Amino acid sequence: MNKLYAARRRRNQIAMGLSLAATVIGLGWLVLILGTLLWEGFNGLSVAVFTEMTPPPGAAGGLLNPIVGSLILTVLAVLIGTPIGILAGTYMAEYGRYDRLTFFVRFINDILLSAPSIVVGLFIYEVMVAPMGHFSGLAGAVALAVIVIPVVVRTTEDMLLLVPNPLREAATSLGTPRAVVIRRVCYRAARAGMLTGVLLSVARISGETAPLLFTALNNQFWSLDLNAPISSLPVVIFQFALSPYSDWQKLAWTGALIITLAVLALSITARALAATRTES
Amino acid sequence: MADVALPAQSIPTTSSSRAKALDRLRMGDVAFRILTRAAAITVLVLLGAVIVSLIDGSLPALRAFGLNFLVEERWNPVTERFGALAPIYGTLVTSVIAMAIAVPLGLLIAVFLTERCPIWLRRPIGIAIELLAGIPSIIYGIWGLFVFAPFLQQTLQPFLITVFGPVPVLSSLFEGPPYGIGVLTAGLILAIMVLPFITSISRDVFDAVPPVLKEAAYGVGCTTWEVVRHVVVPYTRVGVIGGVMLGLGRALGETMAVTFVIGNAHRISASILAPGTTISATIANEFTEAVGDLYTSSLIALGLILFVITFIVLAAARYMLMRIERRVG
Repeated sequence: MNKLYAARRRRNQIAMGLSLAATVIGLGWLVLILGTLLWEGFNGLSVAVFTEMTPPPGAAGGLLNPIVGSLILTVLAVLIGTPIGILAGTYMAEYGRYDRLTFFVRFINDILLSAPSIVVGLFIYEVMVAPMGHFSGLAGAVALAVIVIPVVVRTTEDMLLLVPNPLREAATSLGTPRAVVIRRVCYRAARAGMLTGVLLSVARISGETAPLLFTALNNQFWSLDLNAPISSLPVVIFQFALSPYSDWQKLAWTGALIITLAVLALSITARALAATRTES
Repeated sequence: MADVALPAQSIPTTSSSRAKALDRLRMGDVAFRILTRAAAITVLVLLGAVIVSLIDGSLPALRAFGLNFLVEERWNPVTERFGALAPIYGTLVTSVIAMAIAVPLGLLIAVFLTERCPIWLRRPIGIAIELLAGIPSIIYGIWGLFVFAPFLQQTLQPFLITVFGPVPVLSSLFEGPPYGIGVLTAGLILAIMVLPFITSISRDVFDAVPPVLKEAAYGVGCTTWEVVRHVVVPYTRVGVIGGVMLGLGRALGETMAVTFVIGNAHRISASILAPGTTISATIANEFTEAVGDLYTSSLIALGLILFVITFIVLAAARYMLMRIERRVG
């Protein structure tokens, strides 16, 4: 009996030791990546990064045009994707909560949520770049919007489902039409959560590279023309990191740092927003 | 404002104006309903459009090569002979390596977080893992290229070659010079990338086990490991498999983390130290440089294959996660 007991204890200790080791290894590994990123990124950080254009090989320069390009693409993508996402989420949570359609859309949406982003790039290339005959910032923005939609749909639906039904019933009993109840009562109650969803979608697309490679392409020069190729941070990082020039590689690290900090800031804000909602 | 509001108050509303107002409201309601329904259908149309456009784009390649496209290893832009076998092989092998490492690690971390971690540490670690899951994959790629690949070239790879060199079967698996970049490196980077996904999903799933079940097991004298092995895992099996498949879906479709370190070589070699390619890396590397319809079309056909594979994996994953949600909810 004692022998069995000792064996069980030993097995438990081994398993728990392994799980602790896994946690240390896993977290350590990820900390290592962030550490290198901070180190290399801050080394190259200077004012010039935000004020100068991307340089030709072998010269000093900055990341101004990709930063601005990324901002434009992101804002446009959110402007295109968010309304569709919110409306679709509204249908699923309000009008068609028990519909077959809702069930189906939810399933498809969840698949779109984790579909490979490079396929989205191919899709937009097929429907926009090829017919138009050239790469364009607009195509890049639409490609990113396709990634925004499922994120916003998901969070909008989840957040509206959390709105207590008595709120809807009270508004309806005053004779308020359904559409007004949704817009004036439900949206207001779920505002923080829906905003969280939008922020999360921004965080998601600000680092997306694959869908931009053959939609927005890249532009070495200052350009705000949406009908022409436009520069973006992730694509510049991709190009510069794979280049043999050390100046470019340094800028790639700095760009990576900027993206990471932006994404972390967005996700932390989103979490904080979501937290205030659940507490109140 | 006042002149609009006054008549409505002073004059009793006639039934016709009341009906008009009601009509307007009803119209607004119907319009909004239709609008939201259209948006919901847009999501479906989006998926349909993706599939249709990919099929349409890959038709020339499929017509030229037929089903041979799937089993042909050659990829030669000069003679315009294209086959998808090498990228498919690379995609599967890197994902298998990634899952072989990330699944046990992720599950063990989830066990630690739900069973053994001090309460005050659970939230910080959980948040850290979720934040890490949001880091764009290009960051992992650039780290892999500049830091991890040189490191592997100098340490792990020579070690593997010397250790497994004399072993009959394994020697071919670790054959050739240590390039640093290659299939193994890509697999390891993918493992780091999907680790946060798998960890956070399995943690959520483990947390869904009713405490009463665990307490009952502890009550009859089970060790923590026995509780995990015989209560938590059987109860959550479907959810865990779902989470793992979700991670697999990510790994299969991942582009940037892999493109940096795979080496983009269109060949199938037994050695996992050799450079290879994956579907997504091939598309990312070659699409903008592809000349000729057949070349472009072959790349789109690769995209279609990738989409079909990930669709099946993700659909299965969602189905399984849905089942566990239903049980909890």
